[in-house]
Amino acid sequence: MTGMASNNSKHDSTVFMRTQAFGSGFNDKRISKEHMKLTTIDGQQIKQAVGKWKDKPGNLIMMLHEVQGCYGYVPREVALKLSHEADVPLARIYEVITFYNYFKLQPPGKFNIAVCMGTACYLKGAPELMQELKNRLSIDEGQTTGDGMFHLDGVRCLGCCGLAPVVAVNGRVHAKVKKGDIIDILSKCKKEANS
Amino acid sequence: MSTTPTIILIKDTRLAGVDTTRDVQNVFEKCLKEAGIESHVQAVRAADMGVYERGVVVKLLPQNVFYGNVKDEDVSLIVNKTLKKGELVEHLALRNLPSQVRVVLRNCGVINPESMEEYIQEKGYEGLRKCLLHLTPAQVIDEMKKSGLRGRGGAGFPTWMKWNLARSSVAEQKYVICNGDEGDPGAYMDRSVLEGDPHSVIEGMIIAGYAIGASKGFFYIRAEYPLAVERIHLAIKQAYEGGFLGQNILGTKFSFDLDVRLGAGAFVCGEETALMASIEGKRGTPRPRPPFPTQAGLWEKPTIINNVETLANVPVIFQRGGDWFSAIGTEKSKGTKVFAITGKVKNSGLVEIPMGITMREIVYGIGGGAADGKKVLAVQTGGPSGGVIPESHFDTPVSYEHLQELGSIMGSGGMIVMDEDDCMIDIVKFYLGFCVEESCGKCAPCRIGGYQMLKLLEKISEGNGTDQDVASIKRIAKAMQKASLCALGQTAPNPVLSTLRYFEDEYKQHIGDKKCRAGKCGKLLQYRIMPDKCKKCRLCQLKCPSNAVVGDKEKGYEVVQAKCVKCGVCYEVCKFEAVERI
Repeated sequence: MTGMASNNSKHDSTVFMRTQAFGSGFNDKRISKEHMKLTTIDGQQIKQAVGKWKDKPGNLIMMLHEVQGCYGYVPREVALKLSHEADVPLARIYEVITFYNYFKLQPPGKFNIAVCMGTACYLKGAPELMQELKNRLSIDEGQTTGDGMFHLDGVRCLGCCGLAPVVAVNGRVHAKVKKGDIIDILSKCKKEANS
Repeated sequence: MSTTPTIILIKDTRLAGVDTTRDVQNVFEKCLKEAGIESHVQAVRAADMGVYERGVVVKLLPQNVFYGNVKDEDVSLIVNKTLKKGELVEHLALRNLPSQVRVVLRNCGVINPESMEEYIQEKGYEGLRKCLLHLTPAQVIDEMKKSGLRGRGGAGFPTWMKWNLARSSVAEQKYVICNGDEGDPGAYMDRSVLEGDPHSVIEGMIIAGYAIGASKGFFYIRAEYPLAVERIHLAIKQAYEGGFLGQNILGTKFSFDLDVRLGAGAFVCGEETALMASIEGKRGTPRPRPPFPTQAGLWEKPTIINNVETLANVPVIFQRGGDWFSAIGTEKSKGTKVFAITGKVKNSGLVEIPMGITMREIVYGIGGGAADGKKVLAVQTGGPSGGVIPESHFDTPVSYEHLQELGSIMGSGGMIVMDEDDCMIDIVKFYLGFCVEESCGKCAPCRIGGYQMLKLLEKISEGNGTDQDVASIKRIAKAMQKASLCALGQTAPNPVLSTLRYFEDEYKQHIGDKKCRAGKCGKLLQYRIMPDKCKKCRLCQLKCPSNAVVGDKEKGYEVVQAKCVKCGVCYEVCKFEAVERI
């Protein structure tokens, strides 16, 4: 028996982020250049992802989950390769990627900050936290700082309403965040990056 | 002295001060050692016990005894009297606790969710055994009919009827889907069940499969719930090993396979036809019904889609009988419902209550009323598809039909408490904004109607609204309700309509008086410097981004309203609280 404490998984569970799937993504030269490097190693991984799901019906979304699990987003080159390997038109792949908020077209930042915009968090001051983060980082929702350090998002309910308002940094949930806590959260990230 | 294994759950339930749970646990452990019973009595810290503000609360299991205000010196008394002699410590015992009944959450937090053995110890898979070995599929559905269980996902369709429709469809292949795409902001009961008691949902699915004659089932779970996904994967593996899944289950002719598919962050995929499109690997857009999924669903085969909470109820119905289940609740709403009570309430968390108790009991009895001694204004149920229920209607029993009468819905069970600091227009804008963003765009009433309605609400909240706008909102709402393709569009106007019904005054204030009672609509606020409190430090003038603060050290300072952009910086920076917001 583990008792009740173990059931309170709110603190340790990883939380993934929603992005603006309709962003400028795949025309960005900087991104595609960056990922030319990655594409040299991904052939095998994509083959694996395709092999694992190939015979199962309705596999496209699950294959995209595998790809995103690997890279943190779906790079253009990888999508092309997937289209080739799985014999799915590229248009169908992008049709799916752009529909679902979960799939990203841009690489994530080093620290992905997700402000929960669920109802409970909203009522308890999430908009203020978002404004504070925007001010401190000088970026808008859905953007990454110039140095690639922070990416800021407003996300759908993280399911920790009892701890509202929450801010998740790389999946780690900070509970009952106040406006004054934001600066601490950010400086902790910076410290971690330097060490 | 009894040697039955006992669990002691400990939690410091005071709202303020240092949490002493760990200290009390240490005292217990020491006392148990001294008494020599530490081998079969375990002292555990609990996350939540459903009891609040009673000092350190201790619960003994399986005795099911609650003690409150437990001090360090009481610990030896509890150990010696209750644990060793089986007597009650009268002056510590808590009675008349709020009326929670745990059916769905029966095992959550009690068993280790990663152990099938513990689930089986709690009579797990007994219901399945009974169904497969003693009942025909028709009898299974009869028992479900007797129980009166209705879908817990929102609409409340009778579960037995759905199963019966699928059973009577003739096809070689049929499917069972568990809808774990819990998208309503403010609801997390499905997550808790999937994470806390995965086997109960699996058992419910196997029974459903047997009843309708399906041999394959899918879990559709939000990718945002990685722990739930992990535990379901593990539980499925264990169930295969235990012979509850796969070929010839429990030696019968019935075979059933389960697989997991992940959602990818689209609220509309909670709608059943959109969900099926998503499992098929396509964009999650809904399609017109009929044909209903029970006739032609996943890959055009008869399919039933049940919510997580609905399925978690099923094993208990067969364990204890449909009659037992239908004895809980009201005439038309049977059993219990799990609510996630959050927002401006003292004790937020999951509660499971029998249908038919009043909203007042939930909000004040279990939730403890509003935090910070404020007044509760209303409760919002049903998320973006639901409505608000004002305080004056709190004596209404909570059931499908009563909530519908009030213009709201049961929904998946989110219950958001709002206090006097919340503005109804602001809340409605929040919900409608959610629906506009999540609309799949396939049908025009939802795609265009929602957007236009949101624009009108924004206009009102900025102080530019007219009476004509309210009339337009009502007209658009009616069109959306009637003409949208799926429930997302049909129910998106609900929050607007219910606030218009109960809080029309607030709309009038925003339109006529250009005032927001709660101070949430920023554009309607005015900032003013109070001369008597102002120390003339000039900080507000320095910080104002639009040079709206004018004056000098002698005359004092004031805000020029025509220039003010209502950013609120002056209000925030003033150290003497000399800036007021009206």
